[in-house]
Amino acid sequence: MKLIILENYSQASEWAAKYIRNRIVQFGPGPGRFFTLGLPTGLPRDHPESYHSFMWNNFFKHIDISPENVHILDGNAPDLQAECDAFEEKIKAAGGIELFVGGIGPDGHIAFNEPGSSLVSRTRVKTLAMDTILANARFFDGDLSKVPTMALTVGVGTVMDSREVMILITGAHKAFALYKAIEDGVNHMWTVSAFQQHPNTVFVCDEDATLELKVKTVKYFKGLMLVHNKLVEPLYSMKEMGAERSQSKKPYSD
Amino acid sequence: MPSNKSVSDAPIVQFTNCRILRDHQLQREDLWVREGKILNPEKLFFDEKGSADVQLDCKDSIIAPGFIDVQINGGFGVDFSLATDDFKSGIDLVSQKILSHGVTSFCPTLVTSPPSVYHQILPQISVRNGGAHGAGILGAHLEGPFISKEKKGAHPEHCLRTFEAGAFQDLLATYGSLDCVQIVTLAPEMRRSSEVIQELTSRGICVSLGHSVANLSQAEEAVQHGATFITHLFNAMLPFHHRDPGIVGLLTSDKIPAGRRVFYGMISDGIHTNPAALRIAHRAHPKGLVLVTDAIAGMGLAPGRHTLGQQVVEIDGLNTYIAGTKTLSGSVATMDTCVRHFQEATGCSVETALEAASLHPAQLLGIEHKKGTLNYDSDADFLMLNDNLYVQATYIAGEEVWRQDASGM
Repeated sequence: MKLIILENYSQASEWAAKYIRNRIVQFGPGPGRFFTLGLPTGLPRDHPESYHSFMWNNFFKHIDISPENVHILDGNAPDLQAECDAFEEKIKAAGGIELFVGGIGPDGHIAFNEPGSSLVSRTRVKTLAMDTILANARFFDGDLSKVPTMALTVGVGTVMDSREVMILITGAHKAFALYKAIEDGVNHMWTVSAFQQHPNTVFVCDEDATLELKVKTVKYFKGLMLVHNKLVEPLYSMKEMGAERSQSKKPYSD
Repeated sequence: MPSNKSVSDAPIVQFTNCRILRDHQLQREDLWVREGKILNPEKLFFDEKGSADVQLDCKDSIIAPGFIDVQINGGFGVDFSLATDDFKSGIDLVSQKILSHGVTSFCPTLVTSPPSVYHQILPQISVRNGGAHGAGILGAHLEGPFISKEKKGAHPEHCLRTFEAGAFQDLLATYGSLDCVQIVTLAPEMRRSSEVIQELTSRGICVSLGHSVANLSQAEEAVQHGATFITHLFNAMLPFHHRDPGIVGLLTSDKIPAGRRVFYGMISDGIHTNPAALRIAHRAHPKGLVLVTDAIAGMGLAPGRHTLGQQVVEIDGLNTYIAGTKTLSGSVATMDTCVRHFQEATGCSVETALEAASLHPAQLLGIEHKKGTLNYDSDADFLMLNDNLYVQATYIAGEEVWRQDASGM
């Protein structure tokens, strides 16, 4: 695992963005496909809190992505399990996930894989924990009855199949989950801990999220920042990659 | 980028690098247009998997809904109250020229005239969509002849009438036809006005109070019977008095039926209303303010003498008077000038100034579901303006119908 510790939310976001950019450029565009993780069911597509709206407003409308390359689980599909199975097939057809980017819940969940989710689970319908419902209430004017109770999500196993995993964790309220994820054992009650067994994981966090970690851990990884920063500097660009394609280097490994 | 439209094959245009007026705010968003209407890009993306065919860089312009002028008597030498042989080409000329002022829809206004004039002119006015040929016509605004003698302003006294005898039938006989009439201005203190107002309202015609000596309760009664507009507030009505506010009192009246709003026209050319009075009205009832030009034939022409229906008016700079008097008669202001002057005089936000000329007139006429906003599925009538609110380009149904050329003409 690489643990990248930045000072605050903005810096953590920027580092992650640069890293993702470099990875995209190295991957080489072409049949680059993008999958998005999970969608609470029952929300109409144009509901302002639906993942469709969120992804559109925060990502898709700012970039030139072809709509055919966007695959979001459809929480309004008639047969939800079939929708999930089809999603797994599409991932396989696209050649597998190259880089999975996600966050972590305060209860240590990855995607909507709530505590108790199998660490080898696949894309499926999942009931949401009360913690998650409470955390999401703020998007529904604090009205608990309006928050969806089920979600379609990629499974822990699905994410583990990716060639690389990046988790973004910011804020003091996530600190305990981060501790459980990297300093404690692999445990299905803290599903992010599954990535301890993944060959290529990057955790990007801010200072506040490290509050529950051992000082030793934090110092160790901060000490590695010189090396880790080489992953984001230089920033590659598509135009230059054409010339360097023959000499493109693999990113540093652990 | 290949587009993959299942709903329609029409080209999709995406206006980028602009700030659009939406939800009462200038937002940094792209504007998408297809088949003359504003398109929802999220729906396009997810449901149709479509994308833009053409992308236009708007160079950081402001994009606002096209202006709607509900009181314009003519311009460029054309007088809408004069029954000439080439009346139709006159109205076409004006509708084409006002595109450069940012007006995309208007109500040609007729001042008090003899019945023969109405009978000749009204059949030649038809409601029609705008386009490259000119701004759209929403319907005629008939200002008079059922107005007060004491407040006739520039209207000719010998043509004033009442409807005491036959109420609505009298009105219909005077005008001949109400087919393309959108607004009627009358004085509510006239006998039997309530029935007339009710009948007009039931036919979908907007009733406006003006050129009147009504007191506040007469005005409120008129509103209760359906009146929704006040013609050029302050002008041609009793002045505000603290014990009888008159028509001006409607701005803060508590007798307006629930769910309804009273709108009021303001000619913000700097002459018809002192800026302080403009501010008082705006602050008292900001959501009801509708900018109008009340422009006359001389608008757009050199100073001198022009007609206004049965009268002769003299233009001197921005002032327009009945020849030989100091009675104001219409204006030569253009709509974009009014918007700029309104914004400066009140210090209001750019959004407020733009809405006073677009959203509010649309709401007045009950057409805000298709005009006056940049909401999805509205008609794509919009303007590109610079930060000083000068119109750079005018679009109707998504097509560019006027552009400021580089020489600044």
